[in-house]
Amino acid sequence: MGKNAISVKDCNLHYGSVPALKNVTMDIRERKVTALIGPSGCGKSTFLRIFNRMNDLIESCRITGEILVEGNDIYASGVDVIQLRKTVGMVFQKPNPFPMSIYDNIAFAPRTFGIRKKAELSEIIERTLYRAGLWYEVKDRLHQSALGLSGGQQQRLCIARALAAEPRILLMDEPTSALDPISTGTIEALIMELKAEYTIVIVTHNMQQATRISDKTAFFLLGELVEYGGTQKVFSNPFDGRTESYITGRFG
Amino acid sequence: MTRHQRQIRRAQLLRIFAQGMLFLTLLMLSGIVIFILASGLPHINMQLLFGDYGKYPSIKPALLGTLSLTLLALVIAAPIGIGTALFLTEYTRTRSHLIRAIRIASETLSGIPSIVYGIFGYLVFAVALGFKYSLLGGGITLAIMILPLVVRSTEESLLAVPQSLREASLALGASKVRMIFTIVLPCAMSGILTSLILAAGRVISESAVLILTIGMVVNKMPESLMSPGTSLALDVYYFGSNGYPEQAAATGVVLLIVMIGINLLAVFLGKVFGKGELMHG
Ligand SMILES: Nc1ncnc2c1ncn2[C@@H]1O[C@H](COP(=O)(O)OP(=O)(O)O)[C@@H](O)[C@H]1O
Ligand SMILES: [Mg+2]
Repeated sequence: MGKNAISVKDCNLHYGSVPALKNVTMDIRERKVTALIGPSGCGKSTFLRIFNRMNDLIESCRITGEILVEGNDIYASGVDVIQLRKTVGMVFQKPNPFPMSIYDNIAFAPRTFGIRKKAELSEIIERTLYRAGLWYEVKDRLHQSALGLSGGQQQRLCIARALAAEPRILLMDEPTSALDPISTGTIEALIMELKAEYTIVIVTHNMQQATRISDKTAFFLLGELVEYGGTQKVFSNPFDGRTESYITGRFG
Repeated sequence: MTRHQRQIRRAQLLRIFAQGMLFLTLLMLSGIVIFILASGLPHINMQLLFGDYGKYPSIKPALLGTLSLTLLALVIAAPIGIGTALFLTEYTRTRSHLIRAIRIASETLSGIPSIVYGIFGYLVFAVALGFKYSLLGGGITLAIMILPLVVRSTEESLLAVPQSLREASLALGASKVRMIFTIVLPCAMSGILTSLILAAGRVISESAVLILTIGMVVNKMPESLMSPGTSLALDVYYFGSNGYPEQAAATGVVLLIVMIGINLLAVFLGKVFGKGELMHG
């Protein structure tokens, strides 16, 4: 039995008076890939953004319940959100490199945390780019703009950039939905490698993707966690009729 | 003629009319420029530009005056304007009453005729604070005058920075301050610089405010910011109304060249810094 990286108890989330998550209770295992699936608007992104407190940016958002990350209540008063976001990295749906050089993109988080020495930065940049499978493609143009990379490369750069903060948990919100099938394959392979070291929570629209890369799958519907279990089990023998309807494509 | 033919004919007439008007516009614009250049260029000489104001007039005091007024106005308006815009875009709710109040205030301020700023500056700085006519009083008044412009266009540049970049930086553990200084401001830099340059253009071409605040002393080099002074635009007025038509035209040319330079600089900066900024939304 592995440990839980994240533990959610009775979580309710409202945008204004509109509920977006209803009584969600769920544990996320360390160093596994957990997929969040469900029709759009069911609250997958909202759920994901709880773990690094990105919902803080939305004024109307109210959240109750207990959210533990590595055993700590991240919504307790006095929590260092910056430290939380160092531990819990995020990759977004649309690649969003900064309009700076590849080097400066990756150096962003290390510099935030006070690393200034060139040698140290270069080591981090090589290591994370290598880890994200991008090193050989970009090593000769580290000081060129990241915006010159292809979409798939940009997304791998964003992964490397997140890894440079040395997180232990990686949140990915439909990271391949804006990419072509080849780039998608590359990133899926990368996720499979990364799970040896990182806890990965990934939102995906693509059910084949969930079956290919995830260990556990959570199915959301209208803000409710309908089903959660081993990916094999959820896709071959779901216990809830709504899950079955969704995975067999009857709605979505 | 069939209906269809009439339609075609009407479209052709409109096109010819529009082309004619375009030609007229270009003619008038180029006419003014050519006329000013033709009347002014022959009279530009070293005495006028850099000589001492004595038997022959010189615009040396005005060059210094315009330069110091522009710098003064920008040095005051830029931090206040950029700070206000940052507050509005990064620290307030999008629909708050405060934002609406500030917006109405700044729109009202930008609609006020500049002579009204002039009388304000005169009453406050020259009279109440006892500056008398001074470059400082003029510069501060000009700064107040361009403030709404700076706030508004800076705000637009800040809003144009994709939200996704703000999220990316925060998600990497950046504080809000770091996000603003490393991501938001650099991304908005070209827009902000462009707006400051256009604001400088307004300062350089302004005359009404200055008549009432700096005193139009055309023949003395200002000794400090507390001295009275003059500007290029005021010199044009002074020369024109005191029997120096040639010098007025020549000063007009100098002013024209400065303004064209300013506008080219704005375009250039927009190109240099603008690259890639809006490539992702
Ligand atoms: N910033 C917001 N303000 C108000 N409602 C929101 C906001 N973001 C999302 N919602 C609502 O919350 C629900 C869940 O959205 P989201 O988490 O984005 O779903 P998903 O990622 O599964 O498509 C949707 O009904 C959506 O309209
Ligand atoms: Mg989503």
